[in-house]
Amino acid sequence: MSAARPDLATLAVGDTIGTRTVEVDRRTLVRYAGASGDLNPIHWNERFATEVGLPGVIAHGMFTMGTAVNLVADWAGDPGAVVEYATRFTRPVPVPDPGVAVLEVTGVVGAVDPEAGTVRVDLTVTFEGARVLGKAQATVRL
Amino acid sequence: MAVNTAYAGRSYAPTAPYQVGREHVRAFATAVLADHVAHHDVEAARALGHPDVVAPPTYAVVIAQAAEAQLVQDPEAGIDFSRVVHADERFVHHRPIHAGDDLVTTLHVDAITERAGLAMVTTRCEIADADGAPVATVVSTLAVRGEGS
Repeated sequence: MSAARPDLATLAVGDTIGTRTVEVDRRTLVRYAGASGDLNPIHWNERFATEVGLPGVIAHGMFTMGTAVNLVADWAGDPGAVVEYATRFTRPVPVPDPGVAVLEVTGVVGAVDPEAGTVRVDLTVTFEGARVLGKAQATVRL
Repeated sequence: MAVNTAYAGRSYAPTAPYQVGREHVRAFATAVLADHVAHHDVEAARALGHPDVVAPPTYAVVIAQAAEAQLVQDPEAGIDFSRVVHADERFVHHRPIHAGDDLVTTLHVDAITERAGLAMVTTRCEIADADGAPVATVVSTLAVRGEGS
């Protein structure tokens, strides 16, 4: 998935860089827990999650943040081109068992800085039609 | 027990070096469903100018959360993890993280504010390489619900 780098000079605010659908199941969460070291049981233990008032097992916010930026990294042609990335976590993503939670990711050019050689991509990440990340913005050096 | 606001402004000693392993970069990339070749294939990463496989943009959270444990797991800090929600996260990459890096993290507690039964704990991890050159800055805010809320 290493495409040629986008040409900064041809980019305009409002351009869509792409969309992506991500399916998340319990196995996805267990794998993220293991790889990240975040073993908080709200991400894999239904009993614990409901005891602390959640609707059930929820995805790691950092999983959602981490998977959403793939769209930007692939578009940029180099994951190392992402120089800044931030978000707020606005809604939990409950992950059913059995079944999958489906995330929809869209990226739009939010700012172009020709002097710095950077582009800000604003990500919209939704679950069941509602945004789960707030102000998710990735700055890419092209 | 409430969050101890006296911890605001505190800084910790630099951590022991965290060695970024190639297989761990691959495993983390797989875990966030990142299939860009530069995470997985050394030659592809080198073709892009990286010395080894490049870590995904949020990989630094692994290193940051290990450092944040100095605060979060300190009983005197009063952070009850069963009452914690992750509020926000910011990464600034001074350069990409690669397999083979030895990274040292200095944890700072930038702010602890309380409002409406919530304590907002903002930490900043300054991650540097073995020579002390800055690699990444990770700013994270945890929201801790008070007792009975």
